[in-house]
Amino acid sequence: MTYIAKPRLHHPLLAPNGLGFTRRDYEGKVSTLCAGCGHDSISAAIIQAAYDLDLPPHRLAKLSGIGCSSKTPDYFLGASHGFNSVHGRMPSVLTGANLANRDLIYLGVSGDGDSASIGLGQFAHSIRRGVNMTYIVENNGVYGLTKGQFSATSDPGSKSKRGVVNHDQSVDLVGLALQLGASFVARSFSGDKAQLVPLIQAALSHKGAAFIDVISPCVQFNNHLGSTKSFDYVREHNAAVNRLDIIEARDEITADYAPGEIEIVAQHDGSVLRLRKLAADYDPTDRVAALTQLQLHQARGEIITGLLFVDPDARDLHDNLGTVQKPLNQLEDRELIPGAAALAGINDSLR
Amino acid sequence: MNRPTTRLAAVNDFVVKFANVNGSGSASANGMFAKAILRMGVPVAARNIFPSNIQGLPTWYEVRVSEAGRLGRRGGVDLMVAMNPQTWDRDVAEVEPGGYLFYDCTKPLPAAKFRTDIETIGVPLTQICNGAYTEARQRQLFKNIIYVGALAWLIGIPPEVLEALVHEEFGAKPKLIQANLDALALGREAAASTLEPIGLRMRASDQVGDRIYVDGNNAAALGAVYGGATVCAWYPITPSTSLAEAFTAHCQKLRVDEETGEARFAIVQGEDEIASIGIVVGAGWNGARAFTCTSGPGISLMQEFVGLSYFAEIPAVIFDVQRGGPSTGMPTRTQQSDILLAAYASHGDTKHPLLFPEDPAECFEFAALAFDLADRLQTTIFVMLDLDIGMNEWLCRPFAWDDARRLDRGKVMTHAELEAGREFGRYLDVDGDGVAYRTLPGVHPGRGAYFTRGTSRDPYARYSEEGPVYVANMQRLLRKFETAKSLVPAPVIRPAKRRTPHGAIYFGSTTPAMHEALEALEGQGVHVDALRVRGFPFCGEVMAFIAAHETVFVIEQNRDAQLRTLVMVEGGVDPAKLEPVLGYDGSPITARFITDEILRRIRGHARTPVPQVAE
Repeated sequence: MTYIAKPRLHHPLLAPNGLGFTRRDYEGKVSTLCAGCGHDSISAAIIQAAYDLDLPPHRLAKLSGIGCSSKTPDYFLGASHGFNSVHGRMPSVLTGANLANRDLIYLGVSGDGDSASIGLGQFAHSIRRGVNMTYIVENNGVYGLTKGQFSATSDPGSKSKRGVVNHDQSVDLVGLALQLGASFVARSFSGDKAQLVPLIQAALSHKGAAFIDVISPCVQFNNHLGSTKSFDYVREHNAAVNRLDIIEARDEITADYAPGEIEIVAQHDGSVLRLRKLAADYDPTDRVAALTQLQLHQARGEIITGLLFVDPDARDLHDNLGTVQKPLNQLEDRELIPGAAALAGINDSLR
Repeated sequence: MNRPTTRLAAVNDFVVKFANVNGSGSASANGMFAKAILRMGVPVAARNIFPSNIQGLPTWYEVRVSEAGRLGRRGGVDLMVAMNPQTWDRDVAEVEPGGYLFYDCTKPLPAAKFRTDIETIGVPLTQICNGAYTEARQRQLFKNIIYVGALAWLIGIPPEVLEALVHEEFGAKPKLIQANLDALALGREAAASTLEPIGLRMRASDQVGDRIYVDGNNAAALGAVYGGATVCAWYPITPSTSLAEAFTAHCQKLRVDEETGEARFAIVQGEDEIASIGIVVGAGWNGARAFTCTSGPGISLMQEFVGLSYFAEIPAVIFDVQRGGPSTGMPTRTQQSDILLAAYASHGDTKHPLLFPEDPAECFEFAALAFDLADRLQTTIFVMLDLDIGMNEWLCRPFAWDDARRLDRGKVMTHAELEAGREFGRYLDVDGDGVAYRTLPGVHPGRGAYFTRGTSRDPYARYSEEGPVYVANMQRLLRKFETAKSLVPAPVIRPAKRRTPHGAIYFGSTTPAMHEALEALEGQGVHVDALRVRGFPFCGEVMAFIAAHETVFVIEQNRDAQLRTLVMVEGGVDPAKLEPVLGYDGSPITARFITDEILRRIRGHARTPVPQVAE
């Protein structure tokens, strides 16, 4: 439970970013999650990403459902409006918020229970609609707040802390996101900040439905031998296909790379994604290939990570609806109300 | 041709019912018949009674013609147009003694299929169609137009009235104009050559005035446009679907930028009702006026979000077009059976303002008002329509709008106010009305941000699970509900001509039948003061009305006397004082039923509610 306010003091030498904010300006309340929780690392990565992007904190809205992961928006970006909504329903609330004001950046934070079980429908439909958002699932394969039940992303054969073996098939949210038309799909690991921070930056800069599945071990209930979501297991089986180095538009490409080693992807907002290839044959702009690679790695018992797919020219829900550029929540009476004269005409048509 | 000893005779005052098979194209022909009566200056009410089906099941269309403007269901049928062999027996049985039965006499029927106390009027419709048309579908469709032509002659609707309607309807398709005119003429000639006009007559009048003829879903959708709604999220469900479709049509006409073609609205068909209300709550949180429209089953699914809207104090508007439920629960039949479901929706201690429009004119007004109330009270407002209001066209006063009216956005703290250092506590009751200021995301770089949760927070939106903090917040929410009493539409009282110990409370689509019942009761020397409830929470006027009478009849279209329960619980009223009068068989309540029930209770002192018997 968050009731501990952080002291406002900070080190005088903390470096400001391009907006003059320090990293502290992107922090939130003190986390009340368990010591060592992977989710806190993700919060730290979000803070770092927003700071690095020179993002005005109030221009971002953070939304979540219910669960350990959904508590975390209180622990980062304290100067942003936040909404801890109801279980499994963050995607619809975020969709509505986005419809109301297309000018803000929307960050949805959810968990594997919140998105792969109760909220699987909303996860799927928000992605297939192309809601312009960054959707992060903090995936630990277990229900933490209710103390250790399997979630729908638990792999078959994995063991609970009490020794029970899961026989159900797992829901792979990355595979679903690819099939449902997400225009940015990544997987990462809470223990790999160097990989995660640029992915979050790229997702926040992406126009369209950006999804990041972050394996985030639960130190309390799912970090034991026999779990496929433990720190040790994920480290051993992590197969990164690429490294995202730089994403800012203003940076010039100065380093020399051997041909085929780097892939440059220019996004809609002008940001440039520079991908250092780790798997030589991986093409992150090919959705079909991404799905194949996902299956191949899974068959080998590996956890594929990195930027798995990106469509830099994706359309979003507002494009599809043809909504006006001015945010709907800022339209004035005269733009909304047709007036008495128009009504007189309507009355005539009903006689 | 049977001719009974007494025939019903009336001018501009009778009930015609069409019994058809759905999917046969009868709806547009029957609609033309009703509209022709309107064009003669005579008020009309038409009600569609239809199955949850696309083709093949029975459907009825009941037309009340009333020069005096009595537009509720009267009860009984004076002229039955029996076009459906499946329902022949019950249709014939429904005709008033001395009434008329119009049928297709191509194939002879045994005498036992008829009644001797009603007049039978046979026109060989199938034979005429088979002679005039070769295609099966044409024979089917034009049969409807032919019977309208015949009926028009029988009751005295001039041919030119129908012909003008044909020109309006098919203006863009000249080929269809002539075909329909020919079909009308076939019917007219068939009737004129073999029949005589019947005792039910139409005569041109001037009683329609400037009134409009429109369905409540369409009116509510237009009200949402005028109320500034920009986000609509919905999931198809009868009988509310046409509200979202009408909103779409209105927005495409009224809210598309002429230069850029851009839409000043966003409409999303959700994957279910939960997502729909979730989108509404998200949009409301972010300052857009948003609504969903649904029916009882949808309200059930939305419960959790309605509670979140209550506790997190987020504006939302829900149009509930009521029907029976669940599953295949009389989905196309009308009821007022979601009153308690909506009033106390969700878990925890919750209650929500409800608006009860009486007709499409109020659907328009209350729809627009609902968005102001939602912003003013920062909570969910339910607009309680039903299938009868929502899906039937009603004759009502024209829509009106005052161009000086401004949208009331409620208490939203602005950038300038935050910049000036005004204190912001998201749940701080600064004005004593229980309503706190909110801020919208993105308003200010350094001030006004807060974290939205359910109940576990203090007046400054800081996390708290402290008992006293919770209780203080719940008390403030009660204060806010008290504030709502003065904001929802006040009741309308219709006093009796004489002082009386009897009162009656009614609401929504019951209104026209209730008014007719009150007139009928007065005619029998029974005087009843009547109060039409238009909003919940109930204001003091409602309670004063109850206190001023010995017995108060509460007329509702549900089994459990739900409004009565709400009055009892919220007003602390003695149950013995409130007599339920309940018609809930799925067809709109009739004036005769209300009259008979109230008479029986007053004269017979009966205490047991007797349900309206299905027709």
